[in-house]
This record gives sequence, C-alpha cells and structure tokens, in this order.
Amino acid sequence: MLNGDEIDFLCNDYQTLLSALRDELGMIGTKEGCGTGDCGACSVILDGQLVCSCLVFAPEVDGRRVETIEGLAEVDHLHPLQDSFLEGAAFQCGVCTPGFLMAAKALLDRNPSPTETEVRYGVAGNLCRCTGYDKIVRSILDAAARMNEPENRKEAP
Amino acid sequence: MTTTRTGYKWVGTRPVRHDGLDKVTGRARFGADYATAGMLHGAVLRSPHPHARILSIDLTEAAAMPGVKAIITGADLPDLSDEFAAGSEGGINFRDLSRNILARDKVLYEGHPVAAVAAVTLRAAQQAAEVIEVEYEILPAVLSLEHAMEDDAPVLHDDLFTLGLDSEPDRPSNISRRRVIARGDLDAGWVEADVVVEREYTTKAVHQGYIEPHAVVAETGEDGRSTLWCSSQGHFAMRTYTTKVLGWEPGDMKVIPAEIGGGFGGKTTIYLEPLAALLSRRAGRAVKMVMTRSEVFRATGPTSGSVMRIKMGARRDGKLVAATAWMAYEAGAFPGSPIGPGVMTVLACYDIPNVLIEGYDVVLNKPKVAAYRAPGAPMAAFAAESVVDELAEKLDMDPIELRLRNAVTEGVRAVYGPKFRKIGFVETLEEARDHPHYAAPLGPWQGRGVASGFWFNFGGETTATVSINEDGTAVVMSGCPDIGGTRAALAQMAAEELGIDVHRIEPVVADTHSIGYNDMTGGSRVAFAVGIAVVDASRRLIKDMCARAALIWDVPAEEVEWVDGRAQSVTDAAAPLTLEELASGSANTGGPLSATVTVNPRGAGAGFSTQICDVEVDPDTGLVTVLRYTVVQDAGRAIHPDYVEGQMQGGAVQGIGWALNEEYIFDRNGVMENPGFLDYRMPVASDLPMIDTVIVEVPNPDHPYGVRGVGETGIIPPMAAVANAVYAATGKRMQDLPMSPVRVLEALSGD
Ligand code: FES
Ligand code: FES
Repeated sequence: MLNGDEIDFLCNDYQTLLSALRDELGMIGTKEGCGTGDCGACSVILDGQLVCSCLVFAPEVDGRRVETIEGLAEVDHLHPLQDSFLEGAAFQCGVCTPGFLMAAKALLDRNPSPTETEVRYGVAGNLCRCTGYDKIVRSILDAAARMNEPENRKEAP
Repeated sequence: MTTTRTGYKWVGTRPVRHDGLDKVTGRARFGADYATAGMLHGAVLRSPHPHARILSIDLTEAAAMPGVKAIITGADLPDLSDEFAAGSEGGINFRDLSRNILARDKVLYEGHPVAAVAAVTLRAAQQAAEVIEVEYEILPAVLSLEHAMEDDAPVLHDDLFTLGLDSEPDRPSNISRRRVIARGDLDAGWVEADVVVEREYTTKAVHQGYIEPHAVVAETGEDGRSTLWCSSQGHFAMRTYTTKVLGWEPGDMKVIPAEIGGGFGGKTTIYLEPLAALLSRRAGRAVKMVMTRSEVFRATGPTSGSVMRIKMGARRDGKLVAATAWMAYEAGAFPGSPIGPGVMTVLACYDIPNVLIEGYDVVLNKPKVAAYRAPGAPMAAFAAESVVDELAEKLDMDPIELRLRNAVTEGVRAVYGPKFRKIGFVETLEEARDHPHYAAPLGPWQGRGVASGFWFNFGGETTATVSINEDGTAVVMSGCPDIGGTRAALAQMAAEELGIDVHRIEPVVADTHSIGYNDMTGGSRVAFAVGIAVVDASRRLIKDMCARAALIWDVPAEEVEWVDGRAQSVTDAAAPLTLEELASGSANTGGPLSATVTVNPRGAGAGFSTQICDVEVDPDTGLVTVLRYTVVQDAGRAIHPDYVEGQMQGGAVQGIGWALNEEYIFDRNGVMENPGFLDYRMPVASDLPMIDTVIVEVPNPDHPYGVRGVGETGIIPPMAAVANAVYAATGKRMQDLPMSPVRVLEALSGD
C-alpha cells in the first residue's frame, strides 16, 4: 500500500525502498541526501513508523503500508504541517522539506502536543543546512497547535 | 535613486513564496529528479592516493563489460593553457579546472577523478569503473600547511612559482601567491600601543554541507548540440565552464536549471557536467550522473583550513593603533584559496592607522577548495575577533564598547582600499549592546561572547524581463537560481512597482536559451542586482503603459500617472485604465507589454553583523552547548523578512558547526576518514536553541529599496562569538577549531 493505494512494482533484490520509489515509481518527492541513514531526506512512514527509505530494502515492504510526501496533502487541502511550513518559511532550498514533513508527521501522530525540546529531538535525524532549524521547529509547533484546535481535531480512528 | 517612500505595500511583508507549494508537496524537481527515457548512468573512478603519478590506464576489461557504452579519461579532454574565468578573482583557471575534472598525469588528492564510465545501469557503470586498471607511482603527500610551505616539501606542480614575492623565485613551490596589504607606520603604531595581544589560530577544512549532492543529466545530439539539466548556483557559468573544458562552443549548449538543494558557494563550479556531456556525446544517449555523499565530501567543496597569526595593539582609551596579520590558507590541489578576501576582510571592521597583512595561498594534497559563504572571511574573523575580545579584557572595557570606538563608518577608508559608503556597523553594535540578551544573567560554567563580521557583497552582470500577460498578471524572469527565496523577493519588488498583488506575479528562473546572461547566484547579489533590474524593467513598463493610456485618451504622456496598478489622468480626462485593460488591449497600442533590462551594478553595499552567543561548558566531558544566540545584521532593507532572518539563522548555525564540530579528518596516508554525515557532524535541531534575529535597516543608497546582500555576512562572526563565550565560561582561550569536546577537555586540564 503506497499512500493508500494498492500498487505493484518490480525491482532488483538489492534496490532500496528509496530507489524503488524514485527510479521505478517516479515518486521523486522523497530525496536522497546521503544513502546511509544520516540525513533524513529520504524519510517515509512504514506501518506508522518513521524510517529512512535508503536503509530499507524494497522487497521488504511487500504487503506493508508506506506513506510518502506525495500522500501528505488531501485532494483539496494541504496537511496542517504543509500550511505551517509555507506560512512559517520553514525552508530555503526545500530539499530537506519532504523528509522534515514526514518526520514531523510521525512525531505529531505519536505526540500531538510536543514541547520545543521534543520537536527538536523528534526531527534530530533530519539535517537541514539552510535554515538553522529555528523556523522548522516553530512551524511544527504551530502545526501542532492548529491541529489541536477543537474544530480541527480529528476523531480517533 | 534613494528610498523616499516608507509605506510599502509589498516590500517588507512576508507573503508565501511562489515555489513553496511545489516544495511542501514533493513536486519540486531538484538536480537528481530529472530523467529521460533510455538514459545511461555514469560513474567515476577516483584516485585512492592523495599524490601519485599515473603511469598507465588500461580500459580493456572495463570496456568489454556488458552494458558499458563509453569511457573517458583525462586524455579525452583538450589540454588547456592557463586562462582565468572572467570575474572569478583569479579563482578559476580553466587549465586547473580541467585537471580537477579528470586527472591528466598526476592525481593530487584522494578522490581525484581518473576516469568516467557510462553504462545502461548505475551498477554496470560502477562495476566497470572498478575494473579499470590504473598503475600509479605513489608520491609523498603534503597534508598540512606547515609541511607544504617548507623549503624541501614535495612539490605538487613543477610549474608553480610563487607570485607576489619581493624577488623572483628560482624554483617551484607549493605557495602559489603572496598577498600583502600595508598602510601607515607600524613601528610608530606599536610605540603608541599600551596593550598588545599576539596569538596564533588554526582552523580545519570544512564542507558547505548542502543536502543535495551534485547531479546532472546531459544529452548531446548527433549535431553536437547539447542540453544539460543540473542544479547549480549559475547555469550560465556552468555552460561557460563546461564548454571551455570540453573545447565546445557555449552557444551549442543549453543549460536548464533544476531547483537547487543548497549550495553556499559550493555549486559555483563544475564537477560532473563535462563528464556527463562528453560521455553522452560518445555514447549517443543521455547520461545521468549523481554523486554519492562520500564523493561530495572527498572531491567537492570544502573551504580552506588555515593558520593565522594576529597581533593588535591599542591605547589605554581603546583606540586600536597597530595590527599585523600573517595568514596561510589551504587551496587544496590547485591554486585558488580565498586568501584574497581573507586579507581584505580580516581587519576591515576597524579603522586602524598602521597595518601590515600578509597572506599565502598554498596548495596541498586535498580536494581543491570551492567558495563557501563569504569565502575567506569567517576564519579570519575567528582570529581577529578573538584578539579584539582579549584586548577588551586587558583594557577592562566592554567588548562592544571597544568595537564601537574603532568601528568603520561612512567615509572611512577601508583597509583594503576604497572608502565605505553608507554602512550600518555601528547600528549593529548598538542594537547588540541594547538587546536584553546582552544583559541576561548567566549561571556557572556559562559564558557570553560577542563578535562582528564584514562582507563586501557583490553586484554582477544581470538580465531580467518583466512581461504582462493578457489577464493583467505578470511574469518576472531572471537567470539566477533561487537558492533561498529570491523569487519571492523579486516578485515583491515588481508588485510594489506595478501596484498589483504579489501573487498575480509569477517569478521564473529561465534557462540559458530563454534570457540574457546572468552571473551566478553568489556574493549575496540576487536581491540587490537582479532586484535593480526588475525594478527598472517594471518602471519602464509603467512608462510604456502610461504612454499607451495617453494614446488612447489622446492626451500628452505627462498627463498620465501610474497609481495603484492603474493609469490615471492627472486632469481626470478619462476613467482610469487598469493593468488588465491595458494588457488585453495591447495589440492596438503597440504590441505586447514586456521590458528587459540588463545591468552590472556597483555599490552592492557592505554588510555587517554582530552576534551574541551564550554557551555552557560541561567540565566533565568538554561538551559546549549553545544556550542562546542572537544575530544582529544590517540588511539595508529586508524585502521578505522571513528569508532575511533565514539567511542570518542559517549562516549563524553553519558557523556554530564550524566552531564546535565540523572538520575534515585525514589519516596518515591522506585518506579522508569522515566522508559522511555520521562522522562529519553538522548541527542538528537538538544541538541548538532558537536563533534570535534583529534586522537592522540602514538603506543602501545604491538600490531603489535600499537592499544590501544578506546571504553571507551571518557566517562570519560565529566562531569567534562561540570561542569568546567559551573563554568567558572557562577562562580558556580556544585558538584551534573545532572546539570539540576533546579539545575543550584538553584545554581545561591544561592548568
Ligand atoms: S538519504 Fe536516507 S538518510 Fe540520507
Ligand atoms: S532548506 Fe535547504 S536543507 Fe533545509
């Protein structure tokens, strides 16, 4: 399951999930910054867990749920994290942004009201060289606040 | 042109950037995101040795591997003679550039490219590269400045003779150039000085650390014309450099800019581009090449490691009266460190009458350095601003007060030559002094440091076009890659001029075949220089539209003015004509509405920053934690304050990484030991506090809205600010970067 859709793809046994997404499926939103699990640019959510897709072999995801940046927005509106990143200028070059958004989503899914420190540790696996993190951290806190407003709170599944 | 209006509608606001949606949805296409059907993949064979002669290269086995379509080595590139790229300040010599792209007879650093292969899959290309047989004669390597500068050191280039010496050298050396700046009478200066501080400082090579590795797709047709998709800081320069190295004509190459995933100066030169283009021509298919992170570390960037000795003297009243600086910068394998800006900036913040600055550009067996944010200035400031801090202590004077007593102001002659125009250094110092951060209480093992920095900023050759669509929306086109929000800033300036909503303007970065020449995105030049061109083009359009309204109304052109996005008759002769109306009827008034302006502006407006840093030092581990950080910087005028703050914050954090963690580590054999983000440790979110910003606005008289470049200055003060804070916390002066826990512990135990 990729972003809610049942899909099939062929790949080599040595290919990573990152490579399968980008090279086989054309899902270029997930980025490669290092290929060794050190930068978080390739972050995706696998069965609810944040993972570096460069460290997961593609055949391992057979029958599992994968969420990528392409599935974050709804048809007609963005995820609150995307809104707050846009309004809070949380990126300059933007190459780290998909990874940060997925890491932040995994954090807020698990902890809807994180403190600043929890946010900083929640995205500590993601490198951003442009922003110094200030506006990223503020935007994640802002998204959490928006999502916690009563009218926006999603019913528990 | 000076700023007279203050009530701006768009300038100084924070609209959502135009390219933002693509970037939060994953749709933006960066360098590695391009692909064409049937393209090949390229891989590079790199030298395992830091210094060796290439005796032979045997391609037989590699060429016979399945799927291999083309292989090239240094012999496939034309052997160029010395020629310097225009405007590169002696930085880019095409002969060296070519030899850095592919080694010719010698390899000069571990990671130096020796051959490149194109094959049907990346795997096949990598496997073929592995079986290329290269026979090397290993030569002794030179890995430190001290060693490289010794008389009997092994020499990297037999034809390198030091420039700028008092007497003509009679044998080659690793010192490519000596730069000297002198003024006043030093002896008299030292006599006048009541306090003198002299210290030596060292810094290590550090990498720009952009998250996006270098990537290119090249397609060369049978007619020899080619197209490159790549992410760079300047696609025009990529075209010039690539065609020069290949001996091709620039007009035969089109370069299409991808979104750029960070550059910080490191993407102002070429690495993969000529390899992919030539492989593509040889194979008759498109070729894609992407660097691994390890390749990025081993063979691109970094900036120079350095050794600096600074001596400064002050009178009891705090007046600086004499200073000397001796500086040596690593250039890497080929000449061209940023020693030039190093010597020009090291003492540029202060008005010191008697000065001698001496700088050396030194080659050694490490990757050739590339520009990194305010090239050459941050390490110089680390040394000079540490000495200033120590002088303040000796004089028992507040360090900001000492700086204020010596700060350069408008009309003062800069140590590197020209007189300063209107600048805001004093204002940054005053803002820092009056900031609540400066007076906040500190606990045990905590300390506060301040430091300042200066950067020239740059103008440069620029083309911009503003066009109005038939519905009254506009397109602002430039040829400078947008590395941190400049599209939004350019659209804001056009919106301000045209009087329309900023989101009715689409800012575009055009390819080399779609707009006139533009220098690179570098030198903090885009909001300044492209801004001037966009404002000028907008004003020409307004004039044109007023003339067309006059034609329609049959009144003299002087009787029409442009107000709030409409042509209006000063005599109320007719109802105003909106931009939409003028645009939709343009066929009847002279054709499409479009204006192109080219400029090469001077007066970029010097930038200054003063920063305050609080640290806590753990006496058991030596770990330094930054507790609070404030950046005060003169932006002239912040067009989009979010992105100005972002530049200040990002620069400061890169400087904090340089101060505390980052360094190239080589083993005894000259092999880089930490070519990955795990061991080359850049700051992560949990290492840092919020980075407070204060934007000072002392308008630059040479820009219609007062803009000064802001991209670079922020990285200059942090290392000294952190070191001064560590001193305040521990009583130890840290003179060697990075101030890693081991080094700090060593200093603490040195009692
Ligand atoms: S690319 Fe996967 S962590 Fe960097
Ligand atoms: S915005 Fe460029 S790396 Fe984060």
